[in-house]
Amino acid sequence: MTPTRPLVALRGVAKRYATGTLALTGIDLDILPGDFVALLGPSGCGKSTLLRILAGLSGPTGGTIDWPGATHDAAGDPQRDIGFVFQEPTLMPWATVMRNVTLPLELAGVKRSEAEDRAAEWLARVELKGFERAYPRALSGGMRMRVSIARALVTRPRLLLMDEPFAALDEITRFRLNNDLLQLWEAERFTVVFVTHSVFESVFLAQRIVVMAPRPGRIAEEIAVEAPTPRGEEFRTSPDYAAQCRTVSHALSRAMAPAA
Amino acid sequence: MSEEPTPERALPGAAAWMRVVAPTVIAFLFLGAWEAVVRVNGIPHYILPGPLLVGQTLLKDWGTLSTSLLITLKITFMALSVAAVLGLALAVLFAQSRIIEMSLFPFAVILQVTPIVAIAPLIIIWVNDVTLSLLICAWIVAFFPILSNTTVGLNSADHNLIDLFRLYRANRWQVLVRLLLPSALPYFLAGLRISGGLALIGAIVAEFVAGTGGSASGLAYRILEAGYQLQIPRMFAALVLVSGTGIAIFLALTLLSHLLLRKWHESAMGRGDRR
Ligand SMILES: Nc1ncnc2c1ncn2[C@@H]1O[C@H](COP(=O)(O)OP(=O)(O)OP(=O)(O)O)[C@@H](O)[C@H]1O
Ligand SMILES: [Mg+2]
Repeated sequence: MTPTRPLVALRGVAKRYATGTLALTGIDLDILPGDFVALLGPSGCGKSTLLRILAGLSGPTGGTIDWPGATHDAAGDPQRDIGFVFQEPTLMPWATVMRNVTLPLELAGVKRSEAEDRAAEWLARVELKGFERAYPRALSGGMRMRVSIARALVTRPRLLLMDEPFAALDEITRFRLNNDLLQLWEAERFTVVFVTHSVFESVFLAQRIVVMAPRPGRIAEEIAVEAPTPRGEEFRTSPDYAAQCRTVSHALSRAMAPAA
Repeated sequence: MSEEPTPERALPGAAAWMRVVAPTVIAFLFLGAWEAVVRVNGIPHYILPGPLLVGQTLLKDWGTLSTSLLITLKITFMALSVAAVLGLALAVLFAQSRIIEMSLFPFAVILQVTPIVAIAPLIIIWVNDVTLSLLICAWIVAFFPILSNTTVGLNSADHNLIDLFRLYRANRWQVLVRLLLPSALPYFLAGLRISGGLALIGAIVAEFVAGTGGSASGLAYRILEAGYQLQIPRMFAALVLVSGTGIAIFLALTLLSHLLLRKWHESAMGRGDRR
């Protein structure tokens, strides 16, 4: 396919939980630098599991995961260099917006003043300037999610993992955050793996959609999305968008149909 | 947000007033009725003194009573402080190692379920110093709520946040200080509020058992002494001081908890600005 060296390469990755559930099997997936991959599939098909494996939060029970470009630490662990956005904003309620965003930097030993400068820059980019001293409780759901995104990006990770980040938000807020995320991505070109239930969201955001099938979780199809850059409301209302949504929707139905 | 010291679910505006006014009115009605019953029926003061007489006795005997109050307060606060420090330290230790928790927690439970009246005599026999033995008794009852609450609090940290700290390769110390301890703070403070009252009860009960006289005796001894001498008004006066102390401790700890949590925790939010 492409000559580019993948950021992460999964070969035959499987995960069986201690409970006996086979959450994933035979996952072959290359994530290329700068790619925007959507993992689309029904509930329980192992999307979160796959994301946690990518993040190194959970180990696979089979197969291999390579980080061809990454340096390895003394213990042989790859420097994954990852930002993670959960379905809930997952902020520390006792810390201000600023302290929440500086957290990854402070954990890495960056000086507080420098951490604050960098956090302020990202807070401005997610349109939260002026909320530095607010506590999460005082923010709306959409604003909290923005804080979470700023926190994930403040370390300038090479890979941004997002697990249904906007699923709990209302549609208006979701559309706005979709647009904002795309803008950030088009400007920065970090690599994104984005888990979603939504066909529409996946077609709007992704360069490539990985359709997953359940029981056991596996990759059913991969679909490339053709779209103009930059994408905007124009694209969201175009017949081309609708057509691609239909294609992906059919792929999803095929994936969910019981094996013949 | 309302500024009054009762933090939990403070009602907005006029309703907040009622929290103070309503119980005060009830208290005055009760005291008035009490005084009236005593006077109308001519009840002798060695059976039931009226509130006015109790008040007068409180003023008249303030010298002795205040000395005793200070002694009881000292034991209560020392016991509470030691309970807070040890409870917190042990809970942190438990959070570091399941094995330590499994081996020690049952003994903390034993300490908790054994009635303090039953072991106080033993402690008083074993420990030569009276103050120290009272302190130990008060500590035993105050210790467990702080330990168990803080243990629950340390285990209640958001799992996604724990994952996030792992993702950023936080070390144990960072996880403890930046995540586990702040998560446990509301639980610790709730435990502290329970233990504040218990420490006072522990101190009083232990002194009842010890029954020591002399100049260095606390309020419990004053109650005993007044009972022997049929000085019932003075007994009531000492009782008033004990209850007053309990209420004051509770309010002070409630205020502390409010001040520490008001910026972020649900329990310290006014209803008006709850989301
Ligand atoms: N910690 C765990 N222990 C045991 N089984 C688990 C665990 N986590 C997930 N599973 C199981 O693994 C399967 C895949 O779960 P996973 O959370 O990855 O699905 P998902 O695609 O993210 O679903 P959803 O869209 O509902 O979030 C499910 O059957 C689930 O019950
Ligand atoms: Mg999931």
